Amino acid sequence: MDFELTEFQTDLAEGVRRLCEGRFPLESVRTAEGSEQVVDKKGWRELGDAGVFNLCLAESAGGVGLGLPEAVLVFEELGRALVPGPLVASHLAAGLIDGAADGAAVVGLIQRPPPGATIPLVVEHLSDLDTLLVLSDQGVAAVDPSTLDATVVHRPMDPLTPLWIVAALPDGTEVGGSDLSARWRRDGALLTAALQVGLAGWSTDLATAYAKTRTQFGRVIGGFQAVKHICADMLVRAEVARVAVQAAAVTIAQPDVGDPQAASLGAKLLADEAALANGKSCIQVHGGMGFTWEVPAHLAFKRARVLATQFGTDDELAEWLGDSLAR
Amino acid sequence: MDLRYSEPEEAFRADLRAWLAKTVPHLGPKPAHTDWPGRRAYDTHWQGLLFDAGYAGVDWPVEGGGRGASPVEQLIFHEELARAHAPYVGVNFVGLLHAGQTIIAEGTSEQRQRYLPRILKGEDVWCQGFSEPDAGSDLASLRTRAVRDGDEYVVTGSKIWTSHAEVADQCELLVRTGSEDSRHRGITWLILPMDTPGVEIRPLRTIADHTDFAELFLNEVRIPVANRVGEENDGWRVTMVTLSFERGTAFVSDLLEAFELLTATVETARRTGAWADPGVRRQAGHLRAELDALWALTKRNVSQAARTGAPGIGGTVFKLAYTEARQRLGEFSLTLLGRAGLAAQNVEGLDGLGDLPAEMMVDDWLRGISLTIAAGTSQIQRNIVGERILGLPREPSPPVPAKTPGDDARVAS
Repeated sequence: MDFELTEFQTDLAEGVRRLCEGRFPLESVRTAEGSEQVVDKKGWRELGDAGVFNLCLAESAGGVGLGLPEAVLVFEELGRALVPGPLVASHLAAGLIDGAADGAAVVGLIQRPPPGATIPLVVEHLSDLDTLLVLSDQGVAAVDPSTLDATVVHRPMDPLTPLWIVAALPDGTEVGGSDLSARWRRDGALLTAALQVGLAGWSTDLATAYAKTRTQFGRVIGGFQAVKHICADMLVRAEVARVAVQAAAVTIAQPDVGDPQAASLGAKLLADEAALANGKSCIQVHGGMGFTWEVPAHLAFKRARVLATQFGTDDELAEWLGDSLAR
Repeated sequence: MDLRYSEPEEAFRADLRAWLAKTVPHLGPKPAHTDWPGRRAYDTHWQGLLFDAGYAGVDWPVEGGGRGASPVEQLIFHEELARAHAPYVGVNFVGLLHAGQTIIAEGTSEQRQRYLPRILKGEDVWCQGFSEPDAGSDLASLRTRAVRDGDEYVVTGSKIWTSHAEVADQCELLVRTGSEDSRHRGITWLILPMDTPGVEIRPLRTIADHTDFAELFLNEVRIPVANRVGEENDGWRVTMVTLSFERGTAFVSDLLEAFELLTATVETARRTGAWADPGVRRQAGHLRAELDALWALTKRNVSQAARTGAPGIGGTVFKLAYTEARQRLGEFSLTLLGRAGLAAQNVEGLDGLGDLPAEMMVDDWLRGISLTIAAGTSQIQRNIVGERILGLPREPSPPVPAKTPGDDARVAS
C-alpha cells in the first residue's frame, strides 16, 4: 500500500498546471466574462492534444490509456485554473462522440429532468456545443444542440458559465445504455469533485496571499488569529476533499479496496462543500474588496455553485450515502 | 497511488488476525472504567501477551527491542486490533508511545536496559508530567523547579492532565532547570519513580464522570541525576525528538471506533423511526463521507511516513478534521435518542428489541468534547496550519526573552 502520488503522477499534475498557467491565465479567461461563448476552441484543442479528454481512453482506441487516478489530478488543475467549458462531459464522451477525444468537438451533458418537473431546464454552454448528451436512468442519448428550442439567460450567475432555458428535450439518438449512464454518473461526480478541489485550493491560495500582504492596525491581517484560522480551515477542507477524491479514483481503478460508488459520491459531497465554503471564505478574507467584481474571488465561488448542481446535489449525495449505511 | 496491500503486508495481517482470533476471546471481561487496579492488571496482561507473540513495540526500532515494523504494518496492526476489539494500549500508552521512544532515542545504554524491556513486557506503567496548571498550550512556560543537590535533583511544583498516575510506576517529567524566563532553553527531562517520597496524586474528575487524569504535586522530590534523559536544559529538544516518531497512526483505533458508532447510530435511528426523516439520513451519509475521507487521509499520512519518515502536514489536518467530525457524530447520535439521551445509562426501548445504547452514546459525546482540547487544542492546530503550512505571520512571542529558534516547536501533552 502506497497512497502517495508516483513521480509520474506528480509530473503529470505539474505539467497540466504549467499548461494552464501558460494557456489559460486568469486575465485571458476573464475576457470571456458575460459572453455566450466562453470556450476558446483553439485552447480546447490544445487541452485535447495534452490528453485531457482522451486520458482514460484505451491506447488501442487512440487514447492515453491512463485511468481516473491520473484524471483527477488533471481535473484538479483545470479547476484551479478556472478553465471554462464542459470539461467533464467532453472527457466522458471521448471515444463515443466524434471529435471529443482530441478536443475537436465540445460536448455538453445534461441530466434528463424527471417527469412532471416544475423547475425549468437550464443547460450550460449551448452555443459552444457540438453535441449535447442527455443522461437518464435508461441511458445516454445525443442531441443536436442547434435543434433545441432554447432561450439564452441574459444574466447567468457565473459570468463564465453561459446558460439557456430549454423548453423541451427531444429523445435524441441513443449512444449508450443504463450501464453507461450509471458509470458516467459515478465518474462524472468524481471528475466534477476534482474540479471543485482545484477551486477550493485556488481560493485558499488567493485568500492566504492577500492575508500576507493586506495591512490593518499596523500588521498584516494574516497575523490575526481571526483571519489566520479562516485560512487554516480552508486548507483543511481542501486537503480532506483532495484525499477523498484521490482515494475514490483509486477505488474505482482497484475496486477490491473499497466501495467505488460510495467513495465517489462522498468525495463529491466533501469537494462541493470545500469549494463553496472556501469560495465564501476567500471573499470574507478580502473584506470589502472581496465583494467587488474586480477581485476574482467571486469567480471560484460562483463556479463552485454551478458544479455543485451537477452529478448530484449535496442533499442527493448525502441521502444516497445515508441509505448506503442501512443496506 | 496504490491502496492494495503487498503480499508481505497481507501475510503480516493474516498472521496477526489469526493470533488475535485465538487470543482475544480468552481475555475475560474488561474492568469497569473506575477500577484502576483492574484496568492496570488487564492492560498490562494484554501487553505481556503481545510481547510473548512478538507484537510488543510493533512501532519501536529493533535496537530498542521492538519489532521495527514499517509504517504500513503499523497501520495494519492498529486496524486489526481495533477490528478484533482487542484492548487498546490503555495504561501502557505513555510508556509505549512516548517515554519508551524517548529513551530509545536519547537515553543512555543503562537507561535503555533498565526501562525498555519492562515497558515492552507490560511490567512498568508510565505516566506523563508535562503540562502544568499555568503551562498548557504554552508548555515552554512550565515552572516545576529542579535544583541540583549533589547527584540528585530536588523537584518542587505541580503537574496536571497526568493520565494513569494512580497506577503508574514511572513518570516522564519535564522540569525547569534554567532561569525562570529561560523557556525552551531551560527544561530538563527526568524519570520520576512514582513511589518517591513527596509525590502526591489528586485524581481529577472529568465532565464524563471519570478519573482519567490526575494532578501531581511534587514537594521536594529527590530524583537521581542518573534519571536524567539527555543533557540538563536540553529537555525540550528531547521531547521534540519523541514527537518525531509519529507515523500517522495515532488515531486509527479512534477512527475505526467512530465507524462503529456511526453504525450503532444508524441502527438506533432505524429503531426509533428517525430514519424515515431524509435530514437524518443525510446527516448520517455526510458523516460516512467524512469518516471515509479521514480513513483515506490516514493511509495518505502513513504512506508519506513510509517514504519520508514523517506524516507531514496531514497529521495536523487529520486532527483538526477528525476531532470536529467526531464531535458532530456524538451530537448526532445523542439527538437521535431524544430524551432517553439524558440518561447516562442504557434505557430499554419500547420496541421490545432491548436496550437503547444511551450509556455508550452519552459517554462518547462527553468524551468527544476533550478531543478538540487534548494533544494541542484546535486553536493551536489552526495556528500551526496557518503559520507552518500557509506561512502566515506568527503569533507574537512572549515579551521575555526575545524570540529564539526553539519557539517554532510547540506541543501540549
